[in-house]
Amino acid sequence: MAEQTARPDIPAKEAYATAAPSTALAARTDGPAPGHGDAAGPRPGSPSRDASSTPAAKPDSAVVRDALGVGIAVGLSGFAFGVTSAGSGLTLLQTCVLSLLVFTGASQFALVGAIAAGGNPLAAAAGAFFLGVRNAFYGLRLSQLLALPRFVRPLAAHWVIDETTAVSLAQPTRRTARLGFTITGLTLYVLWNLTTLLGALGAEAIGDTDAWGIDAAGPAVFLALLAPMLRTATERAVAGLAVLLGLGFLPVLPAGVPVLVAALAAPAVLWLKGRAIGNRVGGNRDSGDGSTGDGAGRTKEARTKNAQRKEREQ
Amino acid sequence: MSIWIAIGATAVGCYLVKLVGLLVPADTLERPLVQRLAALLPVALLAALTAQQTFSTGQSLVLDARFAGVGAAALALLLRAPFLVVVGVAVAVTAGVRALGG
Repeated sequence: MAEQTARPDIPAKEAYATAAPSTALAARTDGPAPGHGDAAGPRPGSPSRDASSTPAAKPDSAVVRDALGVGIAVGLSGFAFGVTSAGSGLTLLQTCVLSLLVFTGASQFALVGAIAAGGNPLAAAAGAFFLGVRNAFYGLRLSQLLALPRFVRPLAAHWVIDETTAVSLAQPTRRTARLGFTITGLTLYVLWNLTTLLGALGAEAIGDTDAWGIDAAGPAVFLALLAPMLRTATERAVAGLAVLLGLGFLPVLPAGVPVLVAALAAPAVLWLKGRAIGNRVGGNRDSGDGSTGDGAGRTKEARTKNAQRKEREQ
Repeated sequence: MSIWIAIGATAVGCYLVKLVGLLVPADTLERPLVQRLAALLPVALLAALTAQQTFSTGQSLVLDARFAGVGAAALALLLRAPFLVVVGVAVAVTAGVRALGG
């Protein structure tokens, strides 16, 4: 169903497409602000500006299918959370409030896990918060990609999580990114909360959830979201270093902190790459790992887009 | 009661960091370095989370049936299996290995 999201050949670059809004979110977004920025309605033909450099335009049905695939698969894993939370001694109401108001799975699992382990509730909350900090980085990326008006952002923010980010980044145009974000967010939110409730109610009936392998669903979901991002040697180096940091610091730092340390893999690899390029000045810059050209290309692409946007704003 | 406080703090904190990410001024994001970083940070975070959820229980590193399940999921991904199949394979293989006493 969602094979597209797991395909490494789909570029996650943002295209400044101008297209007719078709999603609920896009409609709300674009409707009241005609003549404003990129989203001001269709231009004739409304092709993606990057059409020449992206594969064939992706039909809405394919985006919806991918988004539903991720939303349903991950949404159903709310069952595992409901079971785990109830098993950790939280009440039905507490379990459901977590899914309704926190809505970021890893943080929820971290919180109930720490409470079950007898940890101080505030330390547990801190661990869950640290895990949630990564969503700020996703928001940073989505802010530009989706270009939502400010009044929509407080609503959209609640859906800024791993899965909606991954689906949005896999889309070739802003229009399809918005569509993917909305469908994934809506499906996931509804299902995650329903299955949390069912899981909490059925926790006693199912018995030992680990025996059913439910604890492997989380990492499998993360892996499936990560796979299409590993396009070049740079991404792979970042992922490899992050794994080493995340596992290396796990035994010695409080829960949640090792993941933040692992995030440093991104600037570290960029810095090392910058040095490598610096050392090769005057030589053949493209003789490296193959990602050099990619990085330079993207930089140029970004500058071009910025220039185009500024032009438009004037 | 303290559990409710923890839930409230987590909910408010997690929502605020999501919102902050979306509200950062666009100018900040126009620098190529920031764009490159924002693209790479999710890669680092997802990779670390995948590894931690596969190889850890609490604060200790362990190698158990999850490794087989996630390994099978990786294989399914290489074969371009659909998302639901990837997750299903991970759960089924993990449960299977545990059933066999792994």
